[in-house]
Amino acid sequence: MSQSHATGHDEIDHHDHDHHDSGGDTVFGFWIYIMSDCILFATLFATYAVLSGGYAGGLTPKDLFDLNFVAVETALLLFSSFTFGMAMLYANKRHMKGMISWLVFTLALGLGFLGMELYEFYHFSSEGATPQSSAYWSAFYALVATHGLHVLGGCIWMLVLFAHFKRDGFTEDNLVRLSCLSLFWHFLDIIWICVFSVVYLLGVM
Amino acid sequence: MLKKLLLSFVIIMLMLSLSGCELALFDPKGPIGEQAKDLILISTGLLLIVIIPVLFMSIYFPYKFRKGNTKAEYKPHWEHSTKIEVIVWLVPCLIVAALAYVTYVTSHSLDPRKPLGKDEDTLTIQVVALDWKWLFIYPEQQIATVNEIAIPVNKPIEFLITSDTVMNSFFIPRLGSQIYAMAGMENRLNLMASEEGVFRGLSANYSGFGFSGMKFKTHSVSDEAFEQWVDKVKTSPKVLDNTTYQALTVKSKDNEVEHFADVDPLHFKKTIEKYTGVQNGQ
Amino acid sequence: MGSKATIITDPDPLTGKLTWDSIPVHDPVILPVMIAVALGGIFLFALITKMGKWRYLWDEWITSVDHKKIGIMYIIAAIIMLVRGFADALMMRAQQALATADSVGAGYLPPEHYDQIFTAHGVIMIFFVAMPLVVGLMNIVVPLQIGARDVAFPFLNSLSFWLFVVGAVLVNVSLFVGEFAATGWLAYPPLSGLEYSPWVGVDYWLWALQISGIGTLLTGINFFVTILRMRAPGMKLMQMPVFTWTSLCANVLIIISFPILTVTITLLTLDRYIGTNFFTNDLGGNQMMYVNLIWAWGHPEVYILILPAFGIFSEITATFSRKRLFGYTSLVWATAVIMVLSMVVWLHHFFTMGAGASVNAFFGIATMIISVPTGVKIFNWLFTMYKGRVEFSAAMWWTCSFLFTFTIGGMTGVMLAVPAADFVLHNSLFLIAHFHNVIIGGAVFGYFAGMTYWFPKATGFMLDEKLGKIACALWTVGFFAAFMPLYILGFNGMTRRLNYYDNPEWTPLLWIAAGGALIVLAGIMTQFYQIFVSIRDRHKNKDVTGDPWNARTLEWATSSPPPFYNFAELPKIHDRDEHYYKKEHGLAYQAPDKYKKIHMPKNTWAGVVISAFSLMMGFAFIWHIWWMAAFGFLGMIASWIMYSFERNKDYYVPVEQVEEIEAKHLDAVRQHAQTNS
Repeated sequence: MSQSHATGHDEIDHHDHDHHDSGGDTVFGFWIYIMSDCILFATLFATYAVLSGGYAGGLTPKDLFDLNFVAVETALLLFSSFTFGMAMLYANKRHMKGMISWLVFTLALGLGFLGMELYEFYHFSSEGATPQSSAYWSAFYALVATHGLHVLGGCIWMLVLFAHFKRDGFTEDNLVRLSCLSLFWHFLDIIWICVFSVVYLLGVM
Repeated sequence: MLKKLLLSFVIIMLMLSLSGCELALFDPKGPIGEQAKDLILISTGLLLIVIIPVLFMSIYFPYKFRKGNTKAEYKPHWEHSTKIEVIVWLVPCLIVAALAYVTYVTSHSLDPRKPLGKDEDTLTIQVVALDWKWLFIYPEQQIATVNEIAIPVNKPIEFLITSDTVMNSFFIPRLGSQIYAMAGMENRLNLMASEEGVFRGLSANYSGFGFSGMKFKTHSVSDEAFEQWVDKVKTSPKVLDNTTYQALTVKSKDNEVEHFADVDPLHFKKTIEKYTGVQNGQ
Repeated sequence: MGSKATIITDPDPLTGKLTWDSIPVHDPVILPVMIAVALGGIFLFALITKMGKWRYLWDEWITSVDHKKIGIMYIIAAIIMLVRGFADALMMRAQQALATADSVGAGYLPPEHYDQIFTAHGVIMIFFVAMPLVVGLMNIVVPLQIGARDVAFPFLNSLSFWLFVVGAVLVNVSLFVGEFAATGWLAYPPLSGLEYSPWVGVDYWLWALQISGIGTLLTGINFFVTILRMRAPGMKLMQMPVFTWTSLCANVLIIISFPILTVTITLLTLDRYIGTNFFTNDLGGNQMMYVNLIWAWGHPEVYILILPAFGIFSEITATFSRKRLFGYTSLVWATAVIMVLSMVVWLHHFFTMGAGASVNAFFGIATMIISVPTGVKIFNWLFTMYKGRVEFSAAMWWTCSFLFTFTIGGMTGVMLAVPAADFVLHNSLFLIAHFHNVIIGGAVFGYFAGMTYWFPKATGFMLDEKLGKIACALWTVGFFAAFMPLYILGFNGMTRRLNYYDNPEWTPLLWIAAGGALIVLAGIMTQFYQIFVSIRDRHKNKDVTGDPWNARTLEWATSSPPPFYNFAELPKIHDRDEHYYKKEHGLAYQAPDKYKKIHMPKNTWAGVVISAFSLMMGFAFIWHIWWMAAFGFLGMIASWIMYSFERNKDYYVPVEQVEEIEAKHLDAVRQHAQTNS
């Protein structure tokens, strides 16, 4: 944000040369996107809350949730935020190899998280809790899978970013892209913490 | 040309509103409808306090300060007046405050759930919205009808309303309030007729291709006539059991009036529990 | 169509649910339209080919990222959709006028068709007429009003537009392939669920709204960033023109409410496609949640439509009263208050669902409170005229008509906000009359006023004033004739969406309403004629100076149409009415000491190509053609990634070119001043 202020509209020296889509605007715009994504998740959480009693006589979360398993998932994602932070530090030092290695590490953690989530879905489904079973499970899958799809999007974005960095190196455009992905990644972490507390912790209580 | 058009339009409107004494909502036949009418008139009256001056100003100001009228005062830089600002914020606020009071009071006094009399004086009618017809069950009389009800005049009626299909809205305009009929849920609506007569009833919420025909007649009659009507229904050869009910749930348009001499007193409850029972794991 | 269509439960792997029977060639109402559209399409295609204009269209319009051109395209699309939506309205009015009977089969439209028409009418008018008019005007005006060269994200702007077009195309395709939803414009489940609507109509609704909704969300973010970060140097927030302010608030509402729409539609999609139980009757589904969610989007949406219209009236009233806007601060705060309150009133759309008395009272009172800032706005416009010199241009005609009409609509709105009164007025024609009163008399009149006012800015020549006034008169009279009877019918217990009715007392009023619709039709035809005449006489009506109305805000400081870079030198702001300030102080139309090269975005194929893939995806999902849906989706992702790898997305306009364009304009202004003095 501090960077975005520096290139703000009130900086008179700068205005003649370029006024649109400078990096600051992009990051600011991405923030706004994240805010709207927040509302998207808030709506899903609300849906989940409304339907949280709708088991239709079927399986309840208490029957299936395994907090240890979810704790590992959570650890993977939280740690991936840390590794992304490391990648950012190397990016700020314009250290390509360090940045890429930490990003690859992040990507692996993200994919690990996705793998665990898919396994969990598979497991629940085979136990008889499918999205079709009851309103509760519909809401559960919608919320958790939406987060998962965001993580998958982040992973694909990261792969694309590798190609960008490989082609152009540390250009301003690429650094802006990296900052946006970083915001996105940390945002997904925060959402996951909410998912963990609201869905899993409250679910087994 | 425009003036003529407007004038003729105003005349037509006046003529129409003169015949307006027959408007269903302004000629209610029950206490709820009566209060709703009063409420509409009171809120209109309160609003007119501010609407009339605005309508007047919206014509007078542009006319008075038209470009050609060089005699009118012209202040091109005048853009603020604390006095006017205070008035234009305060007056609407006061009116809204008054309306808010009325709203709060009437939301409670006209709450559809509020009984209109003692429990033992109240007649209960259970209502099930179907595709596309209304099923009425009189649990105390143990009869059921389709697309027709009779109610004793001056007797509080409690409608218990649900749906065995999509959302509908149960509405008898001359008696007052409407409320949604939704599957797996029971809504309550308390109404009363203060005059005898036949009133139209309908679904106010679109529910599919047969929606327009989803109407019924409400016969508001004397106590004796009501008893006679119940007896008449009881002579019907049909009873409402699983088979006849299944037949009723089949989609049909402009369904005929039907009478059922007998009905399972728990039929209504079962209709709801068909959906919620599953939810509660029973 | 409708219930007559076969329900296909096992789609073909190659063609999905699509068969030759999906095309309603046997329908006597649709077939002629289909033939006319096909012939018109072929003619248009041949004409463009013959004139060799494909290249021009592609280079100058389809791939354009210029906000002014995108704005013009939005408005053209909106006008086309207005014709479609209004045709639906005429058919409905005719059906209701004719359909006095106590059983089905009355009139000329069976319910299976009629119900699609009222659904399509609502969807088209809100999503594909009102929204593109708002967004189009915002596109044309906002960057100019804040002295920016373009929007913050020009590519996203192009993408937004084309995604909106995809939504509109899907709605129109539903006319000829398959059918549209017959559920009412908000598609309440369970009626819109698979059990009660197994046909593809609702799927068209879902994908058209989903795709265009995402476009709208991108627009919201884009303009929010543009307004907050790209204002000309020195323009403080409280110096922004009111239209920019109202657009800002509308965009905040878009950012907040459209994600809710996205989720709501997605959940209904899941219910229909994979059999989840969000809104089903059984297995714990909750239809009331859908109604809450859709209105949590739907109510802010109403203000997304009306707030920019309020901004337009503010600009026009000040300009044509030849006076500064009265109570600017008050107007801005009123807008902000409306913005906030609009998010906490959604329950007033369903008081009759059975919430408790206190909940209903809360939402009713919250709704009434909105009328306070709205009332303040009306007073501010009135006092802007007060002690002014009101010039009755066509734009001012729309404004005056609005003031009168909208006030009545506001009053009936407050009546509906009283829960106990709503219990008898809900879902009646009184409600229909009310929201048409505020949407036509408020929003649409505003857009027409804005189109009249900014037409010369966008095109370089004026709209014919006299025809504009006739159109306004016809619309106003037509509106009153069409909707005042509906108020009375509502009092008489007539509910909405009836295909036929057994009460002959209603018939005369419905005939008057149908007559009113015909007067509005005359108004619309006058507007088409007006556009034709204005284009024909474009040289005579040329706007030479760029400031044909002697107006006040910054968009009038540049030429008409503005150069693609808007301003050769970004203006430094002194006053709220910046252009007027410059004219008063003799600072207007001055060339800077030295021009500089200008940084501009290049046009891009990406917006239209990504959208084309999304059209493929949407259509494939509607018909359950899974391979094509996957292909469309991957195509969208792949083209976006490809676009991100493009170099040279922008360029510099050389100083010589800027000099040449500016000199030409300043010469024209000087000559004009001389001939007039």
